[in-house]
Amino acid sequence: MKLNEEETAMLAGEFGQVVKLAIEHQIKVGRFFHATDFVPVTQAHIMADTESLGQAGVMWLEKLADAGEGGVRIPTITDPRGTDFEHASMLGQADWMLELERRAIDAFVRLGVSMTDTCINYQTVLAATRGEHVAFGDTGVVIYSNSVGGARSNFEGGPSALAAGITGRTPRYGYHLDSHRQATLRIRAEWTPRTLDEWGAFGGIVGRLAGNYWEVPLIESLDRAPTSDELKHFGAAMASFGSTALFHMLGITPEAQRLADVGADKLAVSHRIGEADVEALKRSYAVDPSVDVVVFSAPQLSIYELRELAALCAGKTFKRPLLAVTSPQVKPDCDRFGYTRSIEEAGGTVMAGMCFYQSYAREMSEAKGWKRLATNSAKLVNILGGYGYVPMLASMRACVQAAETGELR
Amino acid sequence: MTANSFKARHAMGKRVVGQALVAHDGFSARYDLNRLQGVFSRPAHKLVGQSYVDRILVLDTAKGGVATAWMLHEMRSRNMVPSAIVFNTVNTILAQGAALGDVSMLAGFDTDITAAIPDGAMVEVDPENLTIRVLDPSEYLSGAGLSTETSKVHGPR
Repeated sequence: MKLNEEETAMLAGEFGQVVKLAIEHQIKVGRFFHATDFVPVTQAHIMADTESLGQAGVMWLEKLADAGEGGVRIPTITDPRGTDFEHASMLGQADWMLELERRAIDAFVRLGVSMTDTCINYQTVLAATRGEHVAFGDTGVVIYSNSVGGARSNFEGGPSALAAGITGRTPRYGYHLDSHRQATLRIRAEWTPRTLDEWGAFGGIVGRLAGNYWEVPLIESLDRAPTSDELKHFGAAMASFGSTALFHMLGITPEAQRLADVGADKLAVSHRIGEADVEALKRSYAVDPSVDVVVFSAPQLSIYELRELAALCAGKTFKRPLLAVTSPQVKPDCDRFGYTRSIEEAGGTVMAGMCFYQSYAREMSEAKGWKRLATNSAKLVNILGGYGYVPMLASMRACVQAAETGELR
Repeated sequence: MTANSFKARHAMGKRVVGQALVAHDGFSARYDLNRLQGVFSRPAHKLVGQSYVDRILVLDTAKGGVATAWMLHEMRSRNMVPSAIVFNTVNTILAQGAALGDVSMLAGFDTDITAAIPDGAMVEVDPENLTIRVLDPSEYLSGAGLSTETSKVHGPR
């Protein structure tokens, strides 16, 4: 990789050992992907829940913080944490998990990282703009920022996002390059989803068809522009099922006003997706009508999702736990507007700053006896099978009914 | 490329020798593994129930989210990690995780590498030369040509 004068000094240790370690890591990754140089980035977003970090990852962070050399040089924020401390006992989380979380938070703070603890920063903190180069973690954040915002980011895992925060740059490869942002497959929507679970399922199908990180689907013929929440579920599921980092929607997303803008005029329509496909995906998860727990999470809920949920919960009494997870930025409004009260009076719980699957999901299942889980998040059903759950995908309304009756109909 | 040797476009890490665990399926440490037990745990995964520890994983593509970037490092700290991962198609997360976790990695072949490498075969991953090579039994039974500093040999389990 070609290094400029400042980067050469970083590599030589002139900015300290932490910066040297960070840029060495970035060069290793950059060389793997044949990056020719670095590109400056304006924001970084770090996924670093402690289930992923483990003791080893926390100690690695502490080592960087203990160096006392300062920390990040650009605005750097965090993805959801592994707990909501206020509700940890209700989730069956052990003290060692909370202690590990506290140590990780302490290390991040000492490195100058802002603990936003959110995977919907594009709705709540600072949306990246078209052409802005960023280093974002959380696949849902990346795909939304790339596709809807027109920003430029690869999936940056926690260590790489932190390295980008520390050096203020990232290797120029993948979705930082024009050449990778052209469409590679063209998909026609023969039906437009209505509910968030349908948007998620639709995105999951596109992700499966895309199949890997480097494919860029273009979706055409939707009969309306989706809302931010619909795009959130659509993109998060696509990224989860397919490891997809960028999609275009013809006439909707900023880089694809015309087919030719993203090279899709040279592609034939290779797949068509209709309502039957979405229903089939949902049915594939519907294996048991009984439900142990209902979860709204992944991504964290916006204030409008919480408003809808609160309306559905009003006047009900739940037989099963219902968990709704949002960001620390949204939770105060949820409280002020009375949505938290409506949900919790029915027997639900509103949590903030965590995400269900990032919060020791396997241990929660064992501690609480939660196995059969209903959710309206296609991303969540795709993840939780590996954690021993039987996840089922349904609309928000059906999930609330499942909390009330104990069965998903 | 020869009948037993395949060239990658992307490579990282040290030369290792080990037994291949092969499937035309994806890989995500968060989605697919029980990392405490060291086995594939996702029910729909083709390798469900099989141990990945010290094996050379030969898989189709990197899947899922960003957690693997930390998890390979955490798995390495407990010596519950694959000795190398070989993909037809890699994503950025797996490469970043391999860089932090010190896991050798190859990706990008002109052939379907999951069809080219027999499951259970002893193979050599050589990032410096961007190759994966199926070994003849005489090579790994005698240890001929293997550096003791960089190689780990694990028999069938």
